[in-house]
Amino acid sequence: MQTKRTIFPNKGLPWLLIGPQLIVTAIFFLWPSAQAIWTSFRREDPFGLNTTFVGLANYTRLFDSGEWVAAAGRTAVFAVSVTALSMISALVLALAANRVLRGSRFYTTLLVWPYAVAPVVAGVLWWFLFNPTIGLLPYMLSGFGISWNHRVNGGQAMTLIVIAAAWKHVSYNFLFFLAALQSVPKSLIEAAAIDGAGPFQRMRDIVLPLISPTTFFLLIVNINYAMFDTFAIIDATTSGGPAGATNILVYKVYADGFLGLNLGSSSAQSVVLMLIVVALTFVQFRYVERKVQY
Amino acid sequence: MARIQIGALRKTYPGARADTLHGIDLSIEDGEMAVLVGPSGCGKSTLLRMIAGLESVTDGEIRIGDRLVNQLEPAERDIAMVFQNYALYPHMTVRGNLEYGLKNRRTPRAEIDARVTEAARVLEIEPFLDRKPQALSGGQRQRVAMGRAIVRKPQAFLFDEPLSNLDARLRGQMRVEIRRLQRRFATTSIYVTHDQLEAMTMADKLVVMNAGRIEQVGSPMDLFETPRSLFVAGFIGAPGMNLLPVEDLRASGADLTGLPGTTSVVGIRPEHLLPDATGAWMALHVTVDAVELVGSETLVHLGAAGLSAPLVLRQPGAARLAPGMPLRVGLPRQHLHCFDAHGLRIAQDSTDPALRELESRLDALR
Repeated sequence: MQTKRTIFPNKGLPWLLIGPQLIVTAIFFLWPSAQAIWTSFRREDPFGLNTTFVGLANYTRLFDSGEWVAAAGRTAVFAVSVTALSMISALVLALAANRVLRGSRFYTTLLVWPYAVAPVVAGVLWWFLFNPTIGLLPYMLSGFGISWNHRVNGGQAMTLIVIAAAWKHVSYNFLFFLAALQSVPKSLIEAAAIDGAGPFQRMRDIVLPLISPTTFFLLIVNINYAMFDTFAIIDATTSGGPAGATNILVYKVYADGFLGLNLGSSSAQSVVLMLIVVALTFVQFRYVERKVQY
Repeated sequence: MARIQIGALRKTYPGARADTLHGIDLSIEDGEMAVLVGPSGCGKSTLLRMIAGLESVTDGEIRIGDRLVNQLEPAERDIAMVFQNYALYPHMTVRGNLEYGLKNRRTPRAEIDARVTEAARVLEIEPFLDRKPQALSGGQRQRVAMGRAIVRKPQAFLFDEPLSNLDARLRGQMRVEIRRLQRRFATTSIYVTHDQLEAMTMADKLVVMNAGRIEQVGSPMDLFETPRSLFVAGFIGAPGMNLLPVEDLRASGADLTGLPGTTSVVGIRPEHLLPDATGAWMALHVTVDAVELVGSETLVHLGAAGLSAPLVLRQPGAARLAPGMPLRVGLPRQHLHCFDAHGLRIAQDSTDPALRELESRLDALR
């Protein structure tokens, strides 16, 4: 790709312009990351007065503990469910909005609102809706003979955070899907209709393959979101409970470090998470973006 | 193979104030190539898309063969369409593109293979069968789009400005090729274009449309020789017919005796203007404005004091004229087209071949 090069006469100006961003990145990203890596090799005494170097002990302990492995399993279930639920519902909504000729802007605006809601607020919202005592949905579910209490039932708690987290991300997926659908040339759909393909076949044979680059991009983004960006929602709805049923990796980092005050283990966990993010991003850039070209 | 009949067809888009099509009546015979031509926005594409089933019918009827197809899905109408942007499926190979329509109709595998092979041979696209459309040139994509239409062996081909994305040279080639294929398969075809040259060269039946109405239907030569309205006169032929309001002629001192009384505009084709009009029945004093040498012919732009629009004169070879030269051009009587105040052709004695002959001899004698 050709890029336009701007020549600055003064060497200082470019640094001045890029400086604020570099400082922010350094203070809020690089330094904490370095700290986490450093702390993950050390163990702190109970009073926080001094630390000792313990090598990889924090890591080996982590992988040996059934608790962490269980949390990793829960995280996988959670991430897959959130990704599937939010992407499928976003695609359905985008298809519907794409069919509407007039006022599609109106629907689009409405559907984007959840994205503007702060995660904690979203969490509290769902906490109220599903509150076993005062919530609306448990009341309605009891009409179907389902007794809802996510404070006791781990499966229900997981369902709750999946719904809350997916709902929050539907808007984002919707916007990308809508843009992708609108970029599918109308004449292709018409050609397929003349070629004898019904609505379902047109969807399967033409539309889905053509929006696959967007789908794969969203897949990675959603997995990232579900694994690392859902802390606030979990904290506001279930706080990892009941009995750790919704204690996914990112929440466990917080719980072990800030509630359990085991900073060494917590740091080791966050370093592992960091490596997962790096791996996912690598997959996105290396394979996905290349393979889905048609 | 089918006849296509369209009766009192109307189209009104929801919320639109005026109709897009105001009652179209048209009949296209079996195996005939009909070309719909007109300026953009005249409704020609809408008409084609209604026949294809891509637009709903507001009123009137469309018959393909003996079937009334108003309510049928595009797939059930047994037609094939070639789109302006080709609309090839970008994620399928050329073979995949050709097969798609047949697969959807559950054609047996052996039959699909036979038809694809045959179409690829006819269109000379065999080397590209396993490539994606992206890897093809514009002309090759155009062939694949044609191939997708012919493998289906439909009752009718519909073409929506299929050549407008090609360069001039390729357009000329594809024009001949499409016509050759259409004749070979003898499939009833409707071809939409805004290019009057394409329209003239490809049509069995030329349909000139304007503002949601059909202006005139006929063979290309019919329309060229006896345009029914000012619109058709100006649209068919390049450069267009010279159209002279009667007042302009009077103002520039032409002798108007013998023109029908209701004449409001007189038309004459550039090739019928005589550069030297000593003794012609009607003549104009003009000045050469510009000379365009096209190679095989010369286009001379002429101006005169009373004329609102310049005249164009066409001469074979290189004309020995230079800008600024005064000229007396003749308007031979037998080549004049007279239009009334409504822009409609006035039927003249000049349509009678015997009289036309006589007139021209008289002109020559004078």
